[in-house]
Amino acid sequence: MNVPADSNLESTMTNENQPADTGAHSSVVLPSKPLVIIEPSGKWSALKLSDIWHYRDLLYILTMRDIRVRYKQTVLGAAWAVIQPLFTMLIFSLFFGRLAGVPSDGVPYPLFAYAGLLPWTFFSNAISNSGNSLVGNSNLITKVYFPRLIIPIASVASGLLDFAIAFVLLVILMFYYGVGLSINLLMLPVLIGMTALFATGVGALLSALNVKYRDIRYALPFFVQLGLFVTPIIYPSSLVPEKWRWLLMINPLAAQIEGYRSAFFGRPFDWPALAISLVLTIVIVVYAGYSFRRMERSFADLI
Amino acid sequence: MGPIIRAQGVGKKFRIGAAPEGYSTIRESLIKAARKPFERVKGNATDANLDFWALRDISFDIFPGDVVGIVGRNGAGKSTLLKVLSRITEPTTGRVELYGRIGSLLEVGTGFHPELTGRENIYMNGSILGMRRSQIDTHFDEIVDFSGVERFLDTPLKRFSSGMQLRLAFAVAAHLDPEILVIDEVLAVGDAEFQKKCLNKMNDVSRSGRTVLFVSHNTQALIALCSKGILLRDGLSVCEGDIQTVLAEYLGNDKNAETVWERGNAGEADIYFESVSVELRGEQPKLELVVESSLRVNRKFNDAFIAVDILDSGGSYLMQAVPRALPFISYSAGRPTLTTITKIELPPLIPGRYQISCWIGSHFTETIDWVREVAAFEIATSPSPERTFQHSPDRGFCVPVSTVEIK
Repeated sequence: MNVPADSNLESTMTNENQPADTGAHSSVVLPSKPLVIIEPSGKWSALKLSDIWHYRDLLYILTMRDIRVRYKQTVLGAAWAVIQPLFTMLIFSLFFGRLAGVPSDGVPYPLFAYAGLLPWTFFSNAISNSGNSLVGNSNLITKVYFPRLIIPIASVASGLLDFAIAFVLLVILMFYYGVGLSINLLMLPVLIGMTALFATGVGALLSALNVKYRDIRYALPFFVQLGLFVTPIIYPSSLVPEKWRWLLMINPLAAQIEGYRSAFFGRPFDWPALAISLVLTIVIVVYAGYSFRRMERSFADLI
Repeated sequence: MGPIIRAQGVGKKFRIGAAPEGYSTIRESLIKAARKPFERVKGNATDANLDFWALRDISFDIFPGDVVGIVGRNGAGKSTLLKVLSRITEPTTGRVELYGRIGSLLEVGTGFHPELTGRENIYMNGSILGMRRSQIDTHFDEIVDFSGVERFLDTPLKRFSSGMQLRLAFAVAAHLDPEILVIDEVLAVGDAEFQKKCLNKMNDVSRSGRTVLFVSHNTQALIALCSKGILLRDGLSVCEGDIQTVLAEYLGNDKNAETVWERGNAGEADIYFESVSVELRGEQPKLELVVESSLRVNRKFNDAFIAVDILDSGGSYLMQAVPRALPFISYSAGRPTLTTITKIELPPLIPGRYQISCWIGSHFTETIDWVREVAAFEIATSPSPERTFQHSPDRGFCVPVSTVEIK
């Protein structure tokens, strides 16, 4: 090592800390192919789900963070997970069930409404949280690499706990109204999976758009509000005339909500509607995934 | 052996100016889309003017075990290069091949959440930096030990002092073990003792055969840690090689731009500074700072004298040189400009960047012209030749020549 005379102040440190020659590192074995190639990507890029799997620990930790942080410094804590659907149910029961006399397919209206509100609350919170998740985590996006899809996915996943808590109240309500559990409940995990998948697709797409178009932040609450009415939550889908019911089923969530009710109340499932809903959900998720990957590359520059 | 990082023609373009791509609304996009065909017809494609190349055609090979310092002035593209290498942002052109796992440390404590406890934040930060949970489990005790915050592990981070947060963050970062480590100016924080701890840790890292890319303005740290260097200037790589050569080029040329100042417009004062330049002469600990200033006369002025302030890079006063007032600078008709050369014997200053301000006045309380923080000079070497430990401004800027006698 050649150390000029005028900088010998650090020479002792320099000499002992730097490799005498690169031969000292011949023990390092490099792979013959690069582990990572960084280059401008084309218009569409691969989904790279393996990348997300590789970062599953981060997904877990971000989900736990969202759960832990959500009810920090609140007095009621996780009770909020129940309060939101419960009070909405009470208001709906009064105005729609009692005063407006909306039918409820033979189930007591409060139970009927709560069974719809339970998955709806999960879905609407999931898309609101994940829609704002990328912008809310801009400090991570500009400072470190990881598959960005993890952020909206974690937001959806953290809502599952609220769903579980609110589900306990549903079971209590069912006992109160004397509605027994049925074998149909076995479909519940499938339904939850479908709703979570749909929420992830919508949430990921919105979160990516939100990075560039901050309009999303304002449009989201408004669309969530509209969603409540175009989904059979207040009313049963049987209220819609047969002729127009297909229109309702364009909304993948509609069949899912009816599916939840069938699962809870032991009624037969509308399999064709559920199948259409599943296909639509998958189409949306795949489209959202590819769009997200395409927009992802400019996140750090735009956010 | 092949390189662990191979960059070929890497470029990064940003859009700046009138049409920022940052915050946009759908409305703006719609308007833009509607206007686009007309703009093409008009043919005034001003788009190219808004392009800014933060990096241009950067190519280099870095070999395993290299500790590379990336130097350059602010805005030269150092941080952008690190962001491209750590896959945060995508290059516009070119290609980088990485033959090892990369970990980047562009900020201390990325992902720290104030509501989470110290323990939770260790897991949070660790996994964000790319550690597996099992890895964090293994290193957990070492991390806690290194940070020295074990008593607060179950306290929310928001109750931590900023120093404690920093130590915790660095402790996690120090236990990363990627084959390539990318570090941006993180040593610039923390107290002297902690900096020393970090430098030692960095030494261990570089000795362990890991490849490190390190951006810093701290010449001392660069000399101490790096074997090679890359000098960036306006997005171009202008010099590559061993760190001494690169630093010499950097300090010799890039800093020179700061050693000369010129006033762009005409001054209002009776007599005013038109240009100031500084030059360091001699060797530590007896450096001489030569400040040359050209003054232009507007009208008759009172007998005046000059003073030169020396400030640290943050703008805090360190000292003021008031040359012997005689002879006064006096007005004489038909002499519109004059030049002064001020020679200042510098005390033994620690390495770093210093700024100067120039003042001219007729009394101490009567300022005629005062140009503040106009030029800068860089001291690269320590005043104490045998010293091996890095200097820190926390211990003062001056290291007086001292001797000890033992009786």
